[in-house]
Amino acid sequence: MLSVIRTIWNVFLHTFHRRVTIQYPDKKSYMPPRSRHRIILSRDPDGGERCVACHLCSAVCPVDCIALQAKEDENGRRYPEFFRINFSRCIFCGFCEDACPTYAIQLTPDFEMAEYNRQNLVYEKEDLLIDGPGKYPGYNFWRVSGVQIGGKDKGEAENEAPPTDVHRLMP
Amino acid sequence: MTSPHPIASIIGVLIVALSLSAFLIWVERRLLALWQDRYGPNRVGPFGLLQVVADMIKIFTKEDWIPPFADKPVFVIAPAIIMVTVLMSFAIIPVAPGIVVSDLNIGLLFVLGMSSLGVYSIVLAGWASGNKYSLLGGLRAAAQMISYEVFMGLSLMGVVLLAGTFNLTGIVKAQQNLWFVIPQFLGFVLFLIAGVAEARRLPFDLPEAEAELVAGFHSEYSGMKFGMFFVGEYLGITLISSMIAVLFLGGWMGPWLPPVVWFLVKVFAFLCFFILLRASLPRLRFDQLMSLGWKVMFPLALANLLVTGAVVVAMK
Repeated sequence: MLSVIRTIWNVFLHTFHRRVTIQYPDKKSYMPPRSRHRIILSRDPDGGERCVACHLCSAVCPVDCIALQAKEDENGRRYPEFFRINFSRCIFCGFCEDACPTYAIQLTPDFEMAEYNRQNLVYEKEDLLIDGPGKYPGYNFWRVSGVQIGGKDKGEAENEAPPTDVHRLMP
Repeated sequence: MTSPHPIASIIGVLIVALSLSAFLIWVERRLLALWQDRYGPNRVGPFGLLQVVADMIKIFTKEDWIPPFADKPVFVIAPAIIMVTVLMSFAIIPVAPGIVVSDLNIGLLFVLGMSSLGVYSIVLAGWASGNKYSLLGGLRAAAQMISYEVFMGLSLMGVVLLAGTFNLTGIVKAQQNLWFVIPQFLGFVLFLIAGVAEARRLPFDLPEAEAELVAGFHSEYSGMKFGMFFVGEYLGITLISSMIAVLFLGGWMGPWLPPVVWFLVKVFAFLCFFILLRASLPRLRFDQLMSLGWKVMFPLALANLLVTGAVVVAMK
């Protein structure tokens, strides 16, 4: 009986407590920089697309919401001909970001992407590409990888030794 | 005996009671939110007050569906019964000197009788729905309301003994010097608990226990038929609060402020208390409800009646 009255009193005291609700459209809560929301495709510091169209993100995606097609440009650089994310399916698990070998695909703290029309949730490459390097400034995949493309021969990447000349490698 | 302006009184009481019960939807949501450290509806209009209008538009335009397995005439009439019985009870509540629809000399018995009739609404709704959860809700309502009505009536007899009348205006006038909440404190507590049970509010909302019975007797109701149960429930707690104000807290009596304001302040305080109960207490189990009613409240009410009677006789 006493405990019932104490309960009622304690609940009544909540009249004077601070309300925990953040009144969303007026005030916004702090989103941690690594929170996983809208997906973007980043560019390397030189302004080129980071994505090398390896399909790892679409392979790892548990809901199959990423579609892309690979193409090569005249320099031999692979890039996605189209890159499509269906955000009405995306569960924002972040696996694509983990799988990406070039830091191209990244999840950002922006979550305000609601639409009235479901079709508008399908984002094409031009909607996804941003103009900066995202969370990884200074990283340029084509500069550090050993792969040979037009304008960068083998051994010309950063911290890469020139290839061994096998004809001079005598016993 | 009727009031000097019966039609005006009837319309006034109807308008005030119905708009108060609609307003209570907003009050309840805001107060529950306050006690749970939230805001509640605060977007539609100032302080979210127009939420009431939004809710009404919503409930009026909803599809009003009668399930094919329901007993149609009974299903339709059940929500009307609760509205009628509760609104009839408001007829005898003296709001202020002269503002009463019908100043019955057996007013208190009339209220008790009407609240007994109100049980039919719940039981018939549960029966006519043709759904076992609804039927269980109806059965629970029948058992709960019959057993709590017993000591509800008994707890009021102390007041009647002290006032010497069943007329509610007379009871208010008898509290000129001392509100009955002081000599009849036990009766007040008993009536409060019985009132919560009669209005089927938490912690006694077993007939519509969401966790066990989906929504109990009104599982199958939709649209305005559900709305009538909803309004009936709010009218019910308004009625119980007004009864408490009239019987134990001196009705319209109070210094400085006009009588109507005093009456409304007292009623509103108890409405808030009902909502506070909902915010704080968990639902009882059914056997706990029954044993509380019959083993604790009923003997206490009887003892209260006996002692009050003895004191009244000794004072004569």
